[in-house]
Amino acid sequence: MDVAAPRPKENQGEPLPRVDARLKVTGQAHYPADLPTANLAHGALATSSIARGKVAKLRLDDARAVPGLLDIVTYGDMDKVDKPKFGNSSATSIGPLHDRTIFHDGQIIALAVAETFEAAEEAARLIRAEYEEDKPTASFDSPGTKTVAAAGKSPMFKEDVKAGDFDAAFAAAAVKIDQRYSTPTQHHNPIELFSTTAYWQGDQLVVHEPSQNVTGWKVELARQLKMDPANVRIVSPFIGGAFGSKGPMTPRTAIVAVAAKRLGRPVRCVTSRMQAFGTQTYRAETRHRIRIGARKDGRITAFAHEGWEVTSRPDLYVVGGTSATGRMYGYGSVLTHVSLVQADRNTPGYMRSPPETPYVYALENAMDEMAVALGMDPVEFRRINEPKTEPIGKKPFSSRSLIQCYDQAAAAFGWAKRDPKVGAMRDGDWLVGMGCATAIYPTAVAPCAARVRLTVDGDVRLQCGSHEIGTGIRTVAGQMASERLGVAIDKISVEMGDSSLPPAPVSGGSISTASVCSAVLKACDAIRTKLYAAATAEGGPLAGSHNEEFDLADGKIVAKSGASAKVEDVLKAMQVGAIEEYAEFAPKGATPEALKKLYAGTPEFHGGDQDEDSVKYAFGAEFVEVRINRYTREIRVPRIVGAFAAGRIMNTRTARSQLMGGMIWGIGQALHEATEVDRRYARYVNRDLQDYLVPVNADIKDLQVILVPEVDHAVNPAGVKGLGELGNVGTAAAVASAVYHATGKRIRDLPIRVEQLLV
Amino acid sequence: MRPFIYEQPSDISAAVALASNFTTRDDQPTRANAQFIAGGTNLADYMKLGVAEPNRLLDLNRLEEQKLRQIRVTGDGIRFGALVRMGEAADHREVKKRYPVIAGSLRLAASGQIRNVASLAGNVLQRTRCEYFRETSWACNKRVPGSGCAAMDGFNRQHAVLGGSNACIATYHGDFAQALIALDAVIHAQGSDGARQIPFAKLHRQPGDTPHIETDLAADEIITAIEVPALPWARRSLYLKIRDRESYAFALASAAVALDLDGETVRDARIALGGLATVPWRAGAAEEVLQGKKLDEASAGAAADAAFAEAQPHQHNAFKIELGKRTLVRALLETRDMKV
Ligand SMILES: Cc1cc2nc3c(=O)[nH]c(=O)nc-3n(C[C@H](O)[C@H](O)[C@H](O)COP(=O)(O)OP(=O)(O)OC[C@H]3O[C@@H](n4cnc5c(N)ncnc54)[C@H](O)[C@@H]3O)c2cc1C
Ligand code: SF4
Repeated sequence: MDVAAPRPKENQGEPLPRVDARLKVTGQAHYPADLPTANLAHGALATSSIARGKVAKLRLDDARAVPGLLDIVTYGDMDKVDKPKFGNSSATSIGPLHDRTIFHDGQIIALAVAETFEAAEEAARLIRAEYEEDKPTASFDSPGTKTVAAAGKSPMFKEDVKAGDFDAAFAAAAVKIDQRYSTPTQHHNPIELFSTTAYWQGDQLVVHEPSQNVTGWKVELARQLKMDPANVRIVSPFIGGAFGSKGPMTPRTAIVAVAAKRLGRPVRCVTSRMQAFGTQTYRAETRHRIRIGARKDGRITAFAHEGWEVTSRPDLYVVGGTSATGRMYGYGSVLTHVSLVQADRNTPGYMRSPPETPYVYALENAMDEMAVALGMDPVEFRRINEPKTEPIGKKPFSSRSLIQCYDQAAAAFGWAKRDPKVGAMRDGDWLVGMGCATAIYPTAVAPCAARVRLTVDGDVRLQCGSHEIGTGIRTVAGQMASERLGVAIDKISVEMGDSSLPPAPVSGGSISTASVCSAVLKACDAIRTKLYAAATAEGGPLAGSHNEEFDLADGKIVAKSGASAKVEDVLKAMQVGAIEEYAEFAPKGATPEALKKLYAGTPEFHGGDQDEDSVKYAFGAEFVEVRINRYTREIRVPRIVGAFAAGRIMNTRTARSQLMGGMIWGIGQALHEATEVDRRYARYVNRDLQDYLVPVNADIKDLQVILVPEVDHAVNPAGVKGLGELGNVGTAAAVASAVYHATGKRIRDLPIRVEQLLV
Repeated sequence: MRPFIYEQPSDISAAVALASNFTTRDDQPTRANAQFIAGGTNLADYMKLGVAEPNRLLDLNRLEEQKLRQIRVTGDGIRFGALVRMGEAADHREVKKRYPVIAGSLRLAASGQIRNVASLAGNVLQRTRCEYFRETSWACNKRVPGSGCAAMDGFNRQHAVLGGSNACIATYHGDFAQALIALDAVIHAQGSDGARQIPFAKLHRQPGDTPHIETDLAADEIITAIEVPALPWARRSLYLKIRDRESYAFALASAAVALDLDGETVRDARIALGGLATVPWRAGAAEEVLQGKKLDEASAGAAADAAFAEAQPHQHNAFKIELGKRTLVRALLETRDMKV
């Protein structure tokens, strides 16, 4: 069996290869900065080298002298456009060229535009700023931070969840821990660099830019440029890695659009790897305090999770993962609180499983500590605390297969062979450790529109303004149409990544498969209904059949009775060349405004902890083996097994690929990734892939993904739970647990590196 | 990137002539107007970052002298032409057999792609990866003499604990050089003053008060070959590299070790340390400790202590002293246990 294409089990779709696989591996997939554009001018950014202060003077003479220089866009040149508005479509409220205040390191101070990329870069480098510098505040513990409560500061984080009387329960608990954990600054570093290409056709603006949110950007960019959104088009056919970084638009987009307008020709700006650290979003560093109290038999009676997150001065970005950690187990009482700590930094933003990655890391590391304190097997400890309803609102889970995940992963991993004694397992000079942790991710869904056309030749054209960020959404959307319309996948073309297509929500929060497939399902079902009605009408090929169950397969309508008719003949009988349906899907519980908001680029999310009837989450269990050299203490991960249950799996190949990528990232989060902040200057230090480490092939050895069958009709019509962000949630805690098992050292601050194990 | 003139001299003397035409006697090779380029994996990178600013590049890849591209094994040792690619040397049968420490140091460096294009001379001359050196908005005495050292009180996890000064603590990151210094290699160079040989240990300069002076070479001097003397017992040698990930990373600490053993007793030892010092670092004191001793964990530990007796930690790199010691102990024991 091909491990990349797991055999589908119950409620799991075929492992079809990606529809764009060949394009991608042969270099024919055009990413936004590759799209051919005639008469192109090139832009390069100049960015600040201080984190706080004012630009007193900009010297542009040297830059202007560069042969081929066309224009410099800087202070004053953006005055006629509006500043960005911080929110899901915009990374920050800072309009870097609207005022000379510097809020963070690497803030845009100018855009140089030239005939060639090289000349633009050279000119940008020669732009010299003179600053009035203030002493900046870098991070936690730096003088000058301002701490505010997070609740209510973001529509995504309404309140600090709580239940029962934590203080009393914790005081009375027989066994307890009170520990602190931290996660570092991280930058997404997608391999595809950030870029904007803009050109004008009369009063219409076209922007090619990797985007996870073309509709939201269209509306926000139109707002900034004071245009009718109908005149703005965002094109993003392929995205070379996003991970949240291409979710919100950054101020660069409007600046490049203005440059293109001034020059009357297309302008492309590709930011350098180094500049991306300051001009894009990132995952800010977090801190956690966790208290858990339990009875001697392992039942948790008290759970408290306090979190602190760094954000910028102007924008209160919140991740706030306590909604998930507070509902994870059957705690008796829950107390949570999230605080934001403002410093002189760029505004953080979504990064793959934004709340869960840091918060569940802390929770699961604490769970492991608690199991040790109780002298209990960590899997058993979780089994004992498996809840019937979630502890906050006492709602049921729409489905919850965590224990099945633990059982299947443990069996595949060989957990039973683990000697629970710390430091007991060795292989020559290598200490062996094994650990595990839970993964959780909320199952959300948002309104989405799609257009599907079935032609008399049996071709299907599917259009949806969602985004192929590498997840395989084109493929699974095509699969959904293939299944419902009985058409082979190679007869289906899928268009995405263009704001002129029917709107889809931001490709974030792991909602895409559920939302897009639900809309495609609806469009396809409308086509089916029309076909069936026509086929069974007077004189139709299936006349006489009424309200019978039927299916579409191999280009035929097949009634339950066995009678069948070719779709082609039905269309001919209808005297049409094609049936086209435009469907708008709105999830259960959607407000009357829901579809309007979809078109406005501000879609509502439903599901997760938001619904009345139940809470909706996908779960997983991850098991890791580490080896640590007894002398030099470097940590290697020879084995990792993850089992995940996420409702209907549309395609086992793309699902496995997503989960595998997540687990690999999780290993990176555990052992490699961190952006270093120079605390004196509030500046990022390791701004390239030489020093910002992520795992390489040699770091990943034996990795197994198990797709645990699960059926959940409550989540959405497609029955799909998102899994794009599930895989990396538990990994780092599982690694920390394995490191403890090998060495007896509990590492609470990520990443785990040799220096923490030498002492 | 700054515009530059690109030339392809056809032989060594033409290259030297061009270089002396466009440089002066006092020019440092890394700061001169005209600079040599081989694989370009280091120099082109630093030109793009604005760290190196030659306005004339002299490409050595078209030099017609074939010996620049050859590896010759003789009774006297082994001679690597300066343009031999890292990958070729790493895979060379005789190199692997006679000097496992050389093959190992190359195989564990960079990535397959880089090893296929990077030259041995370029490798030896690679410049530091200090983050504050690589990004031109920071103060850096090596890049801009007298501007200060942002790393000294900044984030200096990867910086050197050996051979630093008050002006600079940048690590020399190369791996191959550690094998070369351990094996007493000799550099062959040719400049406008003629050809000369430089003991490898004299090629690199510690930063002292002048961190911008990195090597003993003149701006118009070309490395033509690297010669490693014959050392039959170097068959018992290895390169151990400890890093944050399994591949494609510079050393946090590394050790190049060759041992001449009489049973378990050390007749002679060669030791160099990588990732820890400002220049390729021969650990002579550690070699002396081992002389005539039975090699076990205790004597290896004593050697490691001697190697780091003078080490100077900074805020984020203090762990490197302990890690360096353990790396050396492990390397010594693994070398002892090699089957040769
Ligand atoms: C991502 C990355 C990872 C790396 N990892 C490692 C690693 O783990 N270990 C390691 O050891 N190295 C590593 N390297 C460094 C790499 O090995 C060097 O960049 C490479 O060996 C330089 O060789 P080159 O031929 O490309 O040199 P070039 O870039 O062409 O030149 C480097 C310098 O040498 C000078 N020069 C070149 N040839 C001569 C000559 N014949 N005479 C006089 N001067 C000359 C040039 O003027 C220049 O100053 C890494 C590099 C990169 C980019
Ligand atoms: S350590 Fe050396 S190279 Fe690094 S900033 Fe200081 S002077 Fe520059």
